[in-house]
Amino acid sequence: MTNSVQNVRKKRDYTPYIMLAPALLLICCIIIYPIFYAVFTSFQYYAMFDLANRRFVGLQNYIQVWHDDAFLASLSNTARWVIVTVSLQFLLGLILALILNQNFRFRGFLRSISLIPWVTPGVVIALMWMWMYNGNFGVLNDLLMRAGILGDKVAWLSNAHTALNAQILTMVWQGTPFFAIMILASLQSIPIDLYEAADVSGANIWQKFYYITWPHIFPTIVITSLLRIIWVFNNVEVLYLMTQGGPGYSSLTLSLNAYIEAQKSLNFGYGSTIAVYGTLIMILFMTFYLKFTRKNRER
Amino acid sequence: MKKRKNFFLFYLPFALLLVFIIFPYAWTFLTSLKNTSELYTKTVHYLPEMPTLNNYRFLFTNTDFIPSMLRSTLIATVTSCIAIIVSSMAGYAFSRYRFPGRDIALSGILLLYMFPQVLFLTPLFITFRNLHLLGSWVSLVIAYCTFTIPFAIWLMTGFMDEIPQEIEEAAKIDGASMPQLFLRVIIPLLKPGMVATGSYIFINSWNEYLYAVMFTSSETRTLPVSLFSFIGEYDVRWDMISAGGITAVIPVVLLFMLVQKHLVTGMTAGSVKG
Repeated sequence: MTNSVQNVRKKRDYTPYIMLAPALLLICCIIIYPIFYAVFTSFQYYAMFDLANRRFVGLQNYIQVWHDDAFLASLSNTARWVIVTVSLQFLLGLILALILNQNFRFRGFLRSISLIPWVTPGVVIALMWMWMYNGNFGVLNDLLMRAGILGDKVAWLSNAHTALNAQILTMVWQGTPFFAIMILASLQSIPIDLYEAADVSGANIWQKFYYITWPHIFPTIVITSLLRIIWVFNNVEVLYLMTQGGPGYSSLTLSLNAYIEAQKSLNFGYGSTIAVYGTLIMILFMTFYLKFTRKNRER
Repeated sequence: MKKRKNFFLFYLPFALLLVFIIFPYAWTFLTSLKNTSELYTKTVHYLPEMPTLNNYRFLFTNTDFIPSMLRSTLIATVTSCIAIIVSSMAGYAFSRYRFPGRDIALSGILLLYMFPQVLFLTPLFITFRNLHLLGSWVSLVIAYCTFTIPFAIWLMTGFMDEIPQEIEEAAKIDGASMPQLFLRVIIPLLKPGMVATGSYIFINSWNEYLYAVMFTSSETRTLPVSLFSFIGEYDVRWDMISAGGITAVIPVVLLFMLVQKHLVTGMTAGSVKG
């Protein structure tokens, strides 16, 4: 008995560790180390235009943000950006998934077509929508005026009232396919006899949705929404390209603010502080979200 | 199963969604076929009066579009190769072995997905500056590994789980060594998954703008950076800019269409199982 245990010990298999080594090494060098470096930088005054004065300032950056108009404005914009975008993506994604789950001709082809926005480069997304939103020559104004919805031309992206909403629409367009494919996969795993049984007992289409479909796809929706919320919260590409947070601070989000501080102002310390705040908000949110949804699922 | 579909519950919403999804591409394509003067008329011309490919010709001959495209291809290919090698090895370890620290490592890698891209920007910029890598394509390969490797490991672990273990066990009994087993048995079986994951990484690297604009110089810029800079350089040439947009999107769409089925299976497998 002892002999065989010793044998097993001697023959301990190091294969998984060897196979994991390259991945872990890379992750440590290019992900873990930068995370710590960013936190370290966030406690410094560190700006490219004033390198001579680089020094530790303790919590100064962390306090300063609360006196910064740009940061304060970005908080409510971020909430609107995330909540409205993800809700609409979910709603349209659910509808698209329910449609794609039917049997019809060219289904495979149309499914692929409807996923294309998801793999389109952010720059191309921004270009296409900027041209459509163009105040003088854009097609959106023309269509809305022909339909009689709009009396006058609107400069969608240079108007403080419409800039963020216009970009939310662009983001909804971009993210709907992701929701759709996740929900579609879940729909396709529902056993068909559940619906057949419901048909036999005379359930209508809404009852079938409420009692069979919804409970089945709910866990997928919970996870997909979380992934989307994180992704939309962190995403700055479209906002940066289309308006850079403007006009004024009207479309500035927290992540965009951090990016602009680091990339345009080269204010590394302060930019890192904002990015760390963003990360903390997401960690907090995720903890609550998972706790809340787990409780709900257990019920 | 041949029920007639309800107009208001099926055809109408489907048509509206398809128009919403396709319209921006259609509009950009139409714009790319127009003459510059036709863009700036009092009322919008929907169809080009005299369709022309001049914009594409101008784009390919008078701008740095083609060199940028080649650079983007190089960066995306190298990133995909590195990420695929590293993540298929890690995926094998996670899928086939139960070892101390496995669960923590696996969920830790998923957690890395949560960290925002902007958090990495400053550390990477400073590190590349110190290593004199700024402006070089190598810096972008490294930067793209930060957001592709965690996801690639997750995908590859999923693809690996789908492969039955019996084949490997048979090979082991036949006396195959570990490298032999991996190269001769696992990789051929894993190939579709590797192609799907690799394409996904390629697409994401090809599309990336935020790191690219910060880590490249005007001589080494990638396709998205070049394309977006046209807005400043050729202010009123939206016809040419549209041609660039259409050209930039074609390779990713083709690639995506080819691997779509496999990629979607891999991506959705984890979340549907729970």
